[in-house]
Amino acid sequence: MTDIASAPEAPKKTTLTVTIDGHAVEANPGELLIAAAERTGTYIPRFCWHPRMREVGMCRMCLIEVSGPRGMSLQPACMQPCAEGMVVDTKSEVVKKAQDGVLEFLLINHPLDCPVCDKGGECPLQDQTLTFGPGESRFVEEKRHFEKPIPISDLVLLDRERCILCDRCTRFSKEVSGDPLIHFINRGNATEVNTFPDDPYASYFSGNVVQICPVGALTAEPYRFVARPWDLDQVESTCTSCAVGCRVVVQSSGDEITRVQGVDSGPINWGWLCDKGRFDFQSISASDRLAQPMVRVAKGRAAVRTSWTEALGQVTDRLRTYQPSEIGFIGGARLTNEDQYAMVKFAKAVVKTDNVDAQLGDGLPAHAWLGLPSATINDACGASAVIVLGADIKEELPVLFLRLRDASEKRVPIIELSPTRTGLSPYTTSTLAYRPGEAAVVVRSLLSLIEGVDVERQVGGVEAVDLHIAAEALRVAVAGGRGNGRVVVIFGRPSLAETTDSVVEALGALNNGIPGVTFLPAMRRSNLRGALDMGLAPGMLPGRTSLADGASWFAKHWGAAPVSVGLDTHEMLLGAVGGGIKALVLVGADPLADFPDRALAQKALANVGYIVAIDTMPNSSNAFADVLLPAAGYGEKSGTTTNIEGRVSNVRAKVSAPGLARPDWMAFAEMASNLGEDFGFDSVEDITAEIAAVCPSHLGLTATVLNAPGNADGVLVPIPAASIESAVPTDAPTEASADTSPTAGADAPEKEATAPGALSVPPLVSFRPNAAAAVVPQPDSYSLRLVTSRTLYDHGTITQASPSLAKLAPGPHVRLNPGEVERHGLTHGSNVRLVSQTADVVLSVMADERVPRGAAFVPFNQHGPGAADLIDVATMGTEGVTKVRLESVTGG
Amino acid sequence: MARFSASNLERAKELVGHYPRSKSATIPLCHLAQEQDGYLTEDAMVQIAELVGCTSAEVYGTASFYEMFKFHPVGKYIVGVCTNISCLLVGGEELLEHAEKSLGIRAGATTADGLFTLEEMECLAACTEAPCLQVNYRYEYRVSNSGFDSLVTEIRAGRRSDIPSHGSLGKVRQSIPSDRRASRQTF
Amino acid sequence: MPAPLKMITTRWDQADGHTLEGYLRTDGYEGLRKALARTPEEVVDEVKAANLAGRGGAGFPCGTKWGFLPKDVFPRYLVVNGDESEPGTYKDRILLERDPHQLIEGVLIAAYAIRAAQAFIYIRGEMPHAQERMAQALNDAYASGYIGKNIMGTDFSVDVMLHWGAGAYIVGEETALIESLEGNRGMPRLKPPFFPASKGLYLQPTVVNNVETLSNLPWIMINGAEAFTAVGNEKNAGTRLFAVSGHVKNPGVFEVEFGTTTFRELFYDFAGGIREDRKVKAFIPGGGSAPWFFEEDLDTPLDAGVVGSKGSMLGSGAIVVMDETTDIVKATWRLVKFFAKESCGKCSPCREGTNWLEKIYRRILDGHGRPEDIDLLLDVADNISPGLTWPPKQTTICPLGPSAAAGALPGSVKRFRNEYEAYIAKAKPSPTRIPVLSGDH
Ligand SMILES: Cc1cc2nc3c(=O)[nH]c(=O)nc-3n(C[C@H](O)[C@H](O)[C@H](O)COP(=O)(O)O)c2cc1C
Ligand code: SF4
Ligand code: FES
Repeated sequence: MTDIASAPEAPKKTTLTVTIDGHAVEANPGELLIAAAERTGTYIPRFCWHPRMREVGMCRMCLIEVSGPRGMSLQPACMQPCAEGMVVDTKSEVVKKAQDGVLEFLLINHPLDCPVCDKGGECPLQDQTLTFGPGESRFVEEKRHFEKPIPISDLVLLDRERCILCDRCTRFSKEVSGDPLIHFINRGNATEVNTFPDDPYASYFSGNVVQICPVGALTAEPYRFVARPWDLDQVESTCTSCAVGCRVVVQSSGDEITRVQGVDSGPINWGWLCDKGRFDFQSISASDRLAQPMVRVAKGRAAVRTSWTEALGQVTDRLRTYQPSEIGFIGGARLTNEDQYAMVKFAKAVVKTDNVDAQLGDGLPAHAWLGLPSATINDACGASAVIVLGADIKEELPVLFLRLRDASEKRVPIIELSPTRTGLSPYTTSTLAYRPGEAAVVVRSLLSLIEGVDVERQVGGVEAVDLHIAAEALRVAVAGGRGNGRVVVIFGRPSLAETTDSVVEALGALNNGIPGVTFLPAMRRSNLRGALDMGLAPGMLPGRTSLADGASWFAKHWGAAPVSVGLDTHEMLLGAVGGGIKALVLVGADPLADFPDRALAQKALANVGYIVAIDTMPNSSNAFADVLLPAAGYGEKSGTTTNIEGRVSNVRAKVSAPGLARPDWMAFAEMASNLGEDFGFDSVEDITAEIAAVCPSHLGLTATVLNAPGNADGVLVPIPAASIESAVPTDAPTEASADTSPTAGADAPEKEATAPGALSVPPLVSFRPNAAAAVVPQPDSYSLRLVTSRTLYDHGTITQASPSLAKLAPGPHVRLNPGEVERHGLTHGSNVRLVSQTADVVLSVMADERVPRGAAFVPFNQHGPGAADLIDVATMGTEGVTKVRLESVTGG
Repeated sequence: MARFSASNLERAKELVGHYPRSKSATIPLCHLAQEQDGYLTEDAMVQIAELVGCTSAEVYGTASFYEMFKFHPVGKYIVGVCTNISCLLVGGEELLEHAEKSLGIRAGATTADGLFTLEEMECLAACTEAPCLQVNYRYEYRVSNSGFDSLVTEIRAGRRSDIPSHGSLGKVRQSIPSDRRASRQTF
Repeated sequence: MPAPLKMITTRWDQADGHTLEGYLRTDGYEGLRKALARTPEEVVDEVKAANLAGRGGAGFPCGTKWGFLPKDVFPRYLVVNGDESEPGTYKDRILLERDPHQLIEGVLIAAYAIRAAQAFIYIRGEMPHAQERMAQALNDAYASGYIGKNIMGTDFSVDVMLHWGAGAYIVGEETALIESLEGNRGMPRLKPPFFPASKGLYLQPTVVNNVETLSNLPWIMINGAEAFTAVGNEKNAGTRLFAVSGHVKNPGVFEVEFGTTTFRELFYDFAGGIREDRKVKAFIPGGGSAPWFFEEDLDTPLDAGVVGSKGSMLGSGAIVVMDETTDIVKATWRLVKFFAKESCGKCSPCREGTNWLEKIYRRILDGHGRPEDIDLLLDVADNISPGLTWPPKQTTICPLGPSAAAGALPGSVKRFRNEYEAYIAKAKPSPTRIPVLSGDH
């Protein structure tokens, strides 16, 4: 096995011919010889070349003979662009001697510790040596010595004796992730890779260097010596640590997941992963995984183990005693599409409640997500300009950050709107750090500037100059001054301490104000897009239809559907406090950690009569459960997942779930059956088939389509009506008329009625502007506006259950502009009390230039008291933002 | 205290301004820091990284490529004896051996009093004046063993004030009067 | 004896030749004045007509090089290569120390001709005296209106910046020089695609010229291309500076007519003959990288083409003479050691191979040589530079590694194999794994 990441893509147009070892092959102008050769079946050995990084031509392993004006000469294939008529010999005696020579040079100082090396068995150097290499060592001298592996970060170790100085890791850190904390040090034969003294390679992307190291010089602490490569068995899957949906292979040894590696997917991750996605598989084998159904005989009593039948019987008996409107379902974003479909069908067709919400007050309304014309990651990275309105992409969707960073290197202008500067800000054309709650004001000014209407000196906390720079970039982009003239808006929830109104308003304005604009949602929770597509939101039904439009369609298919729009999480929690909600079903949800107002969540959980929780791990919320059901987690179940783009791809089981844990869909199907409804689901495939048959946005998305060889990167939904037929094998459940393609706007496949009956497919939901203008927060020099969003590593269950990552969470603190630190007489590292309308917490102070004056940034969900304690959603609803005062702490 | 002094910081900023891209000032700033501190300290590299806009690892990566930058304290005088071909042919190696004996240290080491660090040098571009050496990069031509000994004696006696301490740059620095400066393209 | 010619060394004996005053007194900046009276294109044409070959080592015609700059791509840069570190080479430093204004004038003429936005004079780090002299000269020239804004009252403006290195031979290679000037490790870039003329400093069009090359420009501007080509022979115009060192009676740097003088004349007429009137055993005709010549080559003229056709090069004008007492194995080792130490480390064959060669040599010298080591030397060298021909074929990016392999080594081994064998014959039987016995590696 060689490099998983090096799957070359076929060139767009083949217009020239080169002759490789006597065979004429077509190549793309500019295509490198090494890539053209590989694409056409000739593998040229290499160590330094990597298809996703700039070529450096320094290992010299790929030397081949190339024709030139002065006859054949040795050239590195990785630096040689194909040219018409070029004649290449990759197997001549001269080539063989040169390659053998290089291999011998690389080996003379390489330790012979293959038997104890992590890379043994999958090492290109070892493979080359076995295939081509010199035998007996002619090198009788002492080898180069370095101290054996040294940690260069909390996650990565470096063995400089094994290093062949290919520049892959160092190039990755500089070119791809933009954090060159590892570098070549010293010169010539003494060259080594290292960090600056006491400045570790603390990168969110450090695991990639381990993957791309062609020898065993870089190893990852989470899987050093865990398994030998030849013990590994692997499946291709999709990472669900966040919602980018990176392609991965999941490897296991015995019945345990031992490693996750990135797969080069052109539309998505290019082979890269973030360290959280790479290493949080550790949580799968956490010792406190839930493995048994547990029930509590009475409130306050300890839960006891029981059987699934017993537990689910108890749940359905109890649910029968409530009115549908008294039951609420919270969560589901971590499930597969199939689990979600079973969940929504159970809630909306069996329990017949619309009180279902996969978002925990930390998202945006479903119609904003699903109703705006959509863009892919490649659309964004190839756009004429990108607008990012959201939180810190580097923290929330790290590999999307890598793609955007690459786009910015390729001179795609990025305009960022966020309440603080972020990890992306160094790569933007202009970062508009708006005053919390005032996104819409800034966006409107930006749009009017594009129209040529001047603005005031300062708008919503943003200086006019910055607006001018942004407007100019957008004006050039829209006028077709560069690229395709398309603008893509990447949007998310910039801060949980401001309401969504201003953001939704801003999105509406952008949608109306920029011709041809498309949108890419940037919301981190893994399968949230799938959850919304599957109808896990009040007022929504599966397949991106609204309850209003789709009720009769689903009533037809399901036998029943809710009659009125239900409650969202916030309203359910209020209902639980007020008594209107009597039972809550928490599906992989932890409102105490994730809902922005912890006090409300706490009261709700304490007050509600009955709580059922399905989860993989114990958490602070499911500790309240009357019935706690163990769910199979990542790597233990198969199905599909949907990324931010609306791309559906496979996730696959690799190991068995602990104890009695099983996929969520089984619990919902069994409960439905207890309540007299037979879903007819015997397998995940049954659910996939039903989704493909009845969900308007997913029509035609059968297992056959998903597993088609060309669809390894996943399939964007909706599948254009025109291609459903070709994509769908003959047994497809639809007979779509192939005359229309999806319209921008709602991407609706405007198809005539499909089976059964004559009912027509409901339209896909469309974006609705807010009824009323968002509140513009009042200026108040006395207090600061709170900003909170997530860091990559937080107090979340998965991170905390992954020992390598748990320690990387920054912990609770408040970041303030150095000017504010000074103004309040504080110092970096001192403690300060933050006082909001309803609560106060003490946090340590971090001076941070990136936070504007007038704002206080508190990372969401770190251990201990934090942002969720300060936020009162009711106050926030009227003021638009959360305000905090700083008070000194004595003896702090 | 290894940050730049106020005047050196000003000089550093001026140097950064000489180049279309600030990273180009890395080597000149490393020299400036070494002149100030006698060697290139970690603090200095951190500050240089800030001034030229890169990581300290990048500054270290650049600096460690070059022989003249030292990352640990060295003698006040670096005595560098050339042993490359032209000097080798007329006694460069023997001169280095003599220097080792005379100073009581091997090449690469520093005398106990911290005065001298002895180095073997590559060709110094004084091949017609072989064997030659440099003291803090100031030349001595056609050096005999006794010439070496008297050089050391002179330095110890403080009679070679023409040789500044290690790290010192040329006495004259380029300075560009702002009114004479051609406008240059920055991008 | 050929008459000594002085074209670019006229101020070497003038006590104040390095000052602006002394320079102006001796026709200083007249060449620039003449150049500014013409169009940049005319200046380029004049330099082309002068057939001025580069003096940095490769001998590429200067005017032709300028002509490679892509049209209409700006900004462009001029970089002066004053990194002089090739073993045996000593000429640029004297030009910098004794006649800095002559170089500055050459730089300004070149910058004008190629429409450079900025020029950088990169001086080797270990030459503070040259840096001082150049800094003073630049300051004076700025103050007197020869550099900077509206030079000599014309529309021509350019800044000339003094930059200096920090000790790394490889930085003399032009693409490494550019990397270094960008603040990076001095590791060469692969040509193509990184030909300085198209993707040089900051990936902009750049001309890199040697100190001596540019020092010829004022003379050419004042006296014209025709006068310049009148000196030398048909292919080799002007004069060249040769540093003659090693076993000669009067080592020195001599300006001689290019192409006509022979090595014998240089050694015996200019440098006073061989030490103690011994015989010449071998000599380096053009710097530590160059394959060696031997006694039978003494009558070869100092003509780049002729020397090239005999399998070596005039290179950087560094001539090192070895008399019959020379320990050839040791002399070769010292050059190989130099390249091993100075390898930038980028290419595996150079980084590993040159060090391997050096270790084999050291083992032989330390009395642990094995009979198979001689062929091993040649084969390892062949893996760095296939065929061991000159100019060297490369498995590497730049010619440094190949110079270690195909420069002195093959000729030394082949011609003086007996000396290698003599070392090996005296060797003690060696253990299989040989400890590193001495040296500083
Ligand atoms: C290893 C190596 C070292 C070199 N060192 C120098 C040097 O010290 N000075 C120099 O002018 N050219 C040196 N060169 C040649 C330069 O690459 C370049 O050809 C030269 O500076 C061009 O100037 P010219 O055309 O005026 O000769 C070196 C080349 C190589 C391969
Ligand atoms: S040949 Fe040697 S010096 Fe030249 S680039 Fe390669 S490693 Fe560096
Ligand atoms: S793969 Fe081409 S030189 Fe390394």
